[in-house]
Amino acid sequence: MKVTVDQDTCVASGQCVMAAEDVFDQRDEDGIAVVLEPEPSPERAADVRQAAAVCPALAIAVQE
Amino acid sequence: MAEATSSVADPDTSVPEYPMARSEGCPFDPPPGLYDLQRSGPLERVRLWDGTAPWLVTRYADQRALLADPRVSADVTRPGYPSPSAVPEDGNRVGFILMDDPEHARLRRMVTAPFTVKRVAAMRPAVQRIVDGLIEDMLAGPKPADLVEAFALPVPSLVICELLGVPYSDHDFFQSESRTVIKRDATPEDRGAALRRLGEYLHGLVGRKLAAPQDDLLSGLAERVQAEELTRQEAAQIGVLLLIAGHETTANMIALGTLTLLEHPDQLARLRDEDDPALVFRAVEELLRYLNITHNGRRRVALEDIEVAGQVVRAGEGLILPNDIANRDEEAFPDPDRLDLDRDARHHVAFGFGVHQCLGQSLARMELSVVYSTLYRRIPTLRLAEDVQRLPFKHDGSVYGVHELPVTW
Repeated sequence: MKVTVDQDTCVASGQCVMAAEDVFDQRDEDGIAVVLEPEPSPERAADVRQAAAVCPALAIAVQE
Repeated sequence: MAEATSSVADPDTSVPEYPMARSEGCPFDPPPGLYDLQRSGPLERVRLWDGTAPWLVTRYADQRALLADPRVSADVTRPGYPSPSAVPEDGNRVGFILMDDPEHARLRRMVTAPFTVKRVAAMRPAVQRIVDGLIEDMLAGPKPADLVEAFALPVPSLVICELLGVPYSDHDFFQSESRTVIKRDATPEDRGAALRRLGEYLHGLVGRKLAAPQDDLLSGLAERVQAEELTRQEAAQIGVLLLIAGHETTANMIALGTLTLLEHPDQLARLRDEDDPALVFRAVEELLRYLNITHNGRRRVALEDIEVAGQVVRAGEGLILPNDIANRDEEAFPDPDRLDLDRDARHHVAFGFGVHQCLGQSLARMELSVVYSTLYRRIPTLRLAEDVQRLPFKHDGSVYGVHELPVTW
């Protein structure tokens, strides 16, 4: 699984961090999402999919 | 009530009015009329206060798709925008929630930093102290007590004041002005005057932060005013928005959430007896979904023709998306009218969806998590001191809740 975030469309809701805090983080200066783990392990897959599903800006792309 | 002013009024009198009344005896459920419209089709016309008839979008999937669609505008000044009331003469736009990108994103990103999940988690011990202190004070005072006045309102008010750098000693002023701003039946003049007074107050505060900066959000905005990235007027408007949004919403989730749990004693017992952070986490999401206190519907206008579930919304037509009924869509939430603290409700739209989704949601979640995990454990005998049918519900506000919640223990 590969995961990316479009930082231009991200609105800093923090929902991805709430869903998978070891895969996503937020920049200190403006809360925009960053990917900590671009190729999450299979056991993180469900949480990463949840993060993509709840992202209000549809900024998370997941490639299975 | 203002006179009808619209030129696009639909003459068909069978079009139902919006907002709608809740059913008596079902204070936690959306109005029955919204369930009817959700069943009858994805898009239905409703009649507004000014005679216009925008589309009402009731289904969860359609609401999410539209709220995330860049062809849909939140700009209150665009023709066709389905305004919940007359817009004040001076066109005060209450910060960036009624603007589109790129202007919206530019302003929003200036204030996102204090609301990150990490920064909010760091505030948790301070919020716990506030909650513990207010409970102690309430227990030391007379009973019955009004939970709204003694607890539900001060918790988020103290927190947002600390975060923004607003003196809590001014709370009588800004709480009463906020109430006027969000009152459904306030006249445009009264609402405009309240917004103006709040704006002047924040304008003054930003001035004080310019002269003597502190470690708070308003000082951060003042710095940007100094750097000419922002006008002082814009800084004050953002302050007004965050001050209102920061206390009115969470206060109602605390009071109405507590009433809901008191009316579902088996579920309250679990929060009281099980020391389980995962249960508290689920309870916060489920109560947000179930109560969805912002019950005025998200308002938008289509910029282009957009297909919605086989029908077409034309460019320039207004859209109302009531999140309360989307959160009761059985396609998204099985057995949606049941409060179930074991449900995974994380995909609810109580904070909206799309680029305007609530900026303070992490803070709200944290405050509610502290409250729901503390109040019922600390006061295990907490109970209503008034018949639920006689409680004054906020049918008159754009944020739902109870005006008072008499409790005893």
